Amino acid sequence: MFPRPIAAASPKGISYQAFLPVALLIWLIPLLAIFLTSIRPGADINSGNVFGIPSDFVFIENYTAVFTQSEAAMYLWNSVKITVPSVLISVSLACLAGYALAIYKFRVALPLFFLFVAGNFIPFQILMVPVRDMSVQSGLYDTIAGQYLFHAAFQTGFCTLFMRNFIKALPFDLVESARVEGVAEWRIFWFVVLPLVRPAIAALAVLIFTFVWNDFFWANVLTQGEGAKPITAGVRALNGQFVNNWHLVSAASLLAAVPPVLMFFLMQRHFIAGLTLGAVK
Amino acid sequence: MAVIDAPSITTPPQAGWLKRNKLSIAPWIFLAPALAFFTLYVVMPIFESLYLSLFEWNGLYDADGNSTAVYIGLENYAKLWDDPNFRTSLVNNLLWLFLFFLAVPLGLLIALFLNQEMPGMRIYKSLFFFPFVISQVVVGLIFGWFYNPDFGVVGTIWKALFCEETVNFVGNVTFKCSSPPPDILSSPEFATYGIIAAGLWPQIAYCMILYLTGLNNVAADQIEAARLDGAKGWKMLWYVVLPQLRPATFIAVVVTVIGALRSFDMIAIMTQGGPFGSTNVLAYYMYEVAISEYGERYGYGSAVAVVLFAIMLVFISYFLWRMYQDEKGTR
Repeated sequence: MFPRPIAAASPKGISYQAFLPVALLIWLIPLLAIFLTSIRPGADINSGNVFGIPSDFVFIENYTAVFTQSEAAMYLWNSVKITVPSVLISVSLACLAGYALAIYKFRVALPLFFLFVAGNFIPFQILMVPVRDMSVQSGLYDTIAGQYLFHAAFQTGFCTLFMRNFIKALPFDLVESARVEGVAEWRIFWFVVLPLVRPAIAALAVLIFTFVWNDFFWANVLTQGEGAKPITAGVRALNGQFVNNWHLVSAASLLAAVPPVLMFFLMQRHFIAGLTLGAVK
Repeated sequence: MAVIDAPSITTPPQAGWLKRNKLSIAPWIFLAPALAFFTLYVVMPIFESLYLSLFEWNGLYDADGNSTAVYIGLENYAKLWDDPNFRTSLVNNLLWLFLFFLAVPLGLLIALFLNQEMPGMRIYKSLFFFPFVISQVVVGLIFGWFYNPDFGVVGTIWKALFCEETVNFVGNVTFKCSSPPPDILSSPEFATYGIIAAGLWPQIAYCMILYLTGLNNVAADQIEAARLDGAKGWKMLWYVVLPQLRPATFIAVVVTVIGALRSFDMIAIMTQGGPFGSTNVLAYYMYEVAISEYGERYGYGSAVAVVLFAIMLVFISYFLWRMYQDEKGTR
């Protein structure tokens, strides 16, 4: 291991362990500050008590106020309705495409693979005008479906990159021997390969969930009214609505962050495997 | 050849064209849905944007459903050349790129600090990673408030250090300051740095996790061998550890470049390009130009997008070239 391991019981180890929480505290100061703000009464902020102990703990009151005084519940539900189909579609399509690009040897396999990879890196702005125009023309503008269809298509690039590399690393003999026994191609995919890529599916699901949930750009480009906005765009709208009510804005922001954070803590191993693009094993 | 084509023992007579060619047809069937979808929403729009950048268009259609776009050749690009906002955006983009790279060494530094085995270490590592999981909108809001001179953290600390608190007879608090607390996001000189600092926070966390995973897989025997040879500290890091971390570094660089050039959310939340357009970057300026309150300028916006795309393309080509080298190596 590098750096050299410090023994937990040694003097160095004890000071290391004492310093860790301090370092973490400094690292997370912005987050702690906003959490404290979200549970203090609004009067505290006006009287200058921003960083101290709240004069009163109003956790429940503030968070209920977010739901009763704004459309936060609708925004959150919209986010779910956008995120879940995006994940399902992009991961399914990528399983199929990744299988094709990893298992079959045909001349354009590599160029097609690179097409998916490159598409994943391009700036959103180059897609903005045509995608928006297309959505307006087809009646998908300002709808939930308009957003998840785009996200699903875009994320298919990343998912295919990941899936193809994952399947490529599987032992090819499995496919070969199934072929020799005369198993149909789609049955090889379904019964041989798909059960083996479950970890990749899990990694992609959590990762795409987080990416799509946290999207803000397309929420602005593809929606107009409040009805189809996800929580990220909603939080911005709340920011305008709750001017100078920082305790409520903070509570709403933290609420928006809860689902991806939960996802991360529940599926940590898969999440990290996904982030490293499967290249760092 | 005729011998092989004739019905023989190996191919039963009923095997049709489909069956004989199944290995060359099957991949296309598996690929078709993803490819069609991806082409419709990603590949074609790129070319449409390139094409649209040669037009002047407000996004409207006439009664017959024909676009009202007017072909103006390269005029949009000529206008960009003289557009001060475009220049600011370009300069800021370079600043973002340059400063964002700090995330790579800083992420490595934190990863080295955290790469120990102690009770509860896993939880510490995940908590350090926390900022990346949160939406950039939320990070932007947090920092917007953090920087607020009146009631943010920066303002509060400043007041504690440089201001005298006086309470008047009604009980209202006023402050007398030797110099007023800095309003970072309203100052044309510092606002961009403020936003980049906020953007670095999650990006460092991302690089950290990449390096932590990489450090996990550094070959222990090589480290031990180098230790026996007397290598330690910086020398060990530079000559033994870093070369083994190359895959992690590569991905860290890729995601950092992309993160820097994609910066949009934070700017939209924290300053909306202001004050006086000083925090604009291409990604935000494009959006502002294309869909603004003053009418939509799809053509001009597309031209800005094409420039951003061209910059990104340089990096994308490099990444793809690197991946291609790796692919050749594995075959």
